[in-house]
Amino acid sequence: MNIKHALSPLCGVLVGIASLGLAANANAAGEAIHIDRHEWNYGGIKGQFDPVQLRRGFQVYQEVCAACHGLERVRFRNLVEPGGPQFDEEAVKALAADWPNQIIDGPNDEGEMFERPPKLSDPLKGPYRNQQEARAAQNGAYPPDLSLITRARGVHNDSPWYLHVPQMALDILSGYQEGGSDYLYALLTGYKEPPEGFELSEGMSYNKYFPGHQIAMAQPIPDEGAVEYQENAGATSSMKQNAEDVTAFLAWSADPSLNQRKQLGWSALIYLLITTLLLYFAKKRIWARVKH
Amino acid sequence: MSSHESSYEPKSATAKWWDERLPLPRLMYDQFVEFPTPRNLNYLWTFGGILTFCLVAQIVTGIVLAMHYVPSGTDAFDSVDRIRRDVNYGWLIQPMHAVGASMFFLAAYIHTFRGLYYGSYRAPREILWILGVFILLAMMATAFMGYSLPWGQMSFWAVTVITNLFSSLDQIIPGFGTSIVEWLWGGYAVSGVTLTRFYSLHYLLPFVIFGLVILHVWALHVCGQNNPTGIEIKTKSDSLPMYPYAVSKDIFGLFVFVIIFAWFLLFLPDYLGHADNFVKADPLVTPPHIVPEWYFLPFYAILRAIPDKLGGVIAMFASIAILAFVPWLDRSPVRSTKYRPIYKWFFWLFVFTCLALGYLGAKPAEGVYVFWARIFTLYYFAHFLIVMPILGSMETPKSLPGSISEAVLGKGSKSTTSSAPAGAPIGAPAAPEDR
Ligand code: HEC
Ligand code: HEM
Repeated sequence: MNIKHALSPLCGVLVGIASLGLAANANAAGEAIHIDRHEWNYGGIKGQFDPVQLRRGFQVYQEVCAACHGLERVRFRNLVEPGGPQFDEEAVKALAADWPNQIIDGPNDEGEMFERPPKLSDPLKGPYRNQQEARAAQNGAYPPDLSLITRARGVHNDSPWYLHVPQMALDILSGYQEGGSDYLYALLTGYKEPPEGFELSEGMSYNKYFPGHQIAMAQPIPDEGAVEYQENAGATSSMKQNAEDVTAFLAWSADPSLNQRKQLGWSALIYLLITTLLLYFAKKRIWARVKH
Repeated sequence: MSSHESSYEPKSATAKWWDERLPLPRLMYDQFVEFPTPRNLNYLWTFGGILTFCLVAQIVTGIVLAMHYVPSGTDAFDSVDRIRRDVNYGWLIQPMHAVGASMFFLAAYIHTFRGLYYGSYRAPREILWILGVFILLAMMATAFMGYSLPWGQMSFWAVTVITNLFSSLDQIIPGFGTSIVEWLWGGYAVSGVTLTRFYSLHYLLPFVIFGLVILHVWALHVCGQNNPTGIEIKTKSDSLPMYPYAVSKDIFGLFVFVIIFAWFLLFLPDYLGHADNFVKADPLVTPPHIVPEWYFLPFYAILRAIPDKLGGVIAMFASIAILAFVPWLDRSPVRSTKYRPIYKWFFWLFVFTCLALGYLGAKPAEGVYVFWARIFTLYYFAHFLIVMPILGSMETPKSLPGSISEAVLGKGSKSTTSSAPAGAPIGAPAAPEDR
């Protein structure tokens, strides 16, 4: 009795089905929106935030996005801390005192709630007190808080099934975790004329990368750039530069310990590699006593 | 408990005093120092120690998280974010727990496939194996409830989808499923009430797992370890004392594992998670794709492969429960797949099937994905119900070495390598008194 022989027709059938599935798979994979990967200086296993870039990014956030979006998980004091934009403490105190959106505090001695300007320990409030107010002001759309936005978005591994695992391995080895940044950058630079025949609703804009391509946020950074960078800001303002800088800033606000984490990563790795090597030799020596 | 004579001799007066009252040092010495381990264990045998490390790491990080975490529908999400931003080293401890859960499953799956490959479930290790299946189940329950705690969009919707599965029991007894679901929820919808009970259970279950692990190790130390040949220890030269031999290997293996853990923890803390879970739970907004964590994907694929809801639920639970019956489904005269030239192929086909189901579980349940999920689900069960019993009794295994020492040292002539008489179990389930 030879099982191997009995099996070969079965294998044939399996291969047949497999190729069939392959063809069908290629058809099914149509609609996903491909998002290009961008070079981020905080990306990969070595990248770190550049405080100069984060300061530019904060300027874009403050002058453009803050009109509609809050950043309420970030506190003014964070803007001073290492690993972030590292503004001067006095400058941040002044910034907080001038912030357009007030903190609601209280009750005071008369039992009343009152508004006051933020302090270093307060969050960067957005313009709206709640979702309802935001929607009322924005034609029913809701501009989300941006504190976690780069971690709350991602890109899919959209390689075909046979490249899925190699792509995964590549991402793991290169430490690719900037899908959210890639998406945000694509979104901010993805405003285009709608293609022929595309039905755009009232008050909506066409965006190549937003799911469904209709977004209630009008192009926030115009094609010529949105802000004036200072002389010593290290870059000249343009739409792409503004988008890149604000994305970096928001990546910091979502993951403020990135610098510290990766630094620890390197020390930990070196320590672990050396220890592991020593353990390996110890093990070898112990086992040298016996035949194995 | 001991499967070998105790050779512990208390060295000091205190040790003697203890030994006569509570011989804990003796137990530790006999079970973790002198304990005879097969001399041919490979690195797949280091995963038991790795899993113990994982459990302890989850408990330690979990207890620290619990000091800062707020189990409430309104505050849970913000409290986890505050842990990462404001608690000292919270940015390290929170992902350690989250990434740690993934690493725990990675190790548990490797450990389980190791057992399947080398036939570690065969007599006399059935109870040991079944305890392992229970540990896996308890880990799944723990991780499922833990995943609900950050109360992000994926937390909320995973709880909604999975608890809703029980409503399919209405197909058997009308109203029964609905009552169960409402009982789980603590109301008529998933809410903060559901979250707090899951938190309570998430704190409890790891200690249940701890208890199960103790039983698992006890059973292991009664039967002794299996090994790559699947032949029992017969003479003293087949084994080496656990310390320092197995221990030095285990520690080295553990450190290699910790390097991989550290890589994910420090360079890729978000890689294994889902972006939607950084959005606060919102019952009014359903995410476009609701996907569980990677370690549940194969089972999720099986659930969705079956067109009928109740059928899907049954298949999903059966896909784990079936593991408990493997000791009786495998009819091969030998334990280790190493000596099974045909089954070897099916084993790797089964591994491929699990990976493919994992891939499909992450894809939308439509079109060609459903088709493939069905094919692989079919093979998943066929492997256990058809291949294991039928191939097991048909296949002619390669001849086994006479003993572990012979396999390792090549000692003795080939002539002692018996090709066992037909029908007699070759080296497989050996009676304990053989040792
Ligand atoms: C005039 C108000 C306004 C300004 C200024 C603005 N946004 Fe928006 N933003 C919105 C609205 C409204 C939405 C909701 C869009 C929707 O849901 O269709 C939105 C949505 C978003 C989203 C979520 C997209 C998604 O994937 O769901 C991001 C990210 C975003 N904005 C980033 C920014 C950034 C960065 C800036 C500054 C460069 C900015 N916005 C400036 C109004 C604004
Ligand atoms: C078997 C061991 C355990 C497993 C597999 C496990 C798994 C998980 C998972 C998957 C999460 C979600 C993490 C995230 O996505 O952010 C989580 C969260 C949590 N777990 Fe555990 N856990 C275990 C043990 C424990 C223990 C023993 C405790 C407490 C004593 C604990 C306390 C917590 C807390 C407070 C959270 C919420 C904070 C957070 O989301 O990180 N866990 N757990």
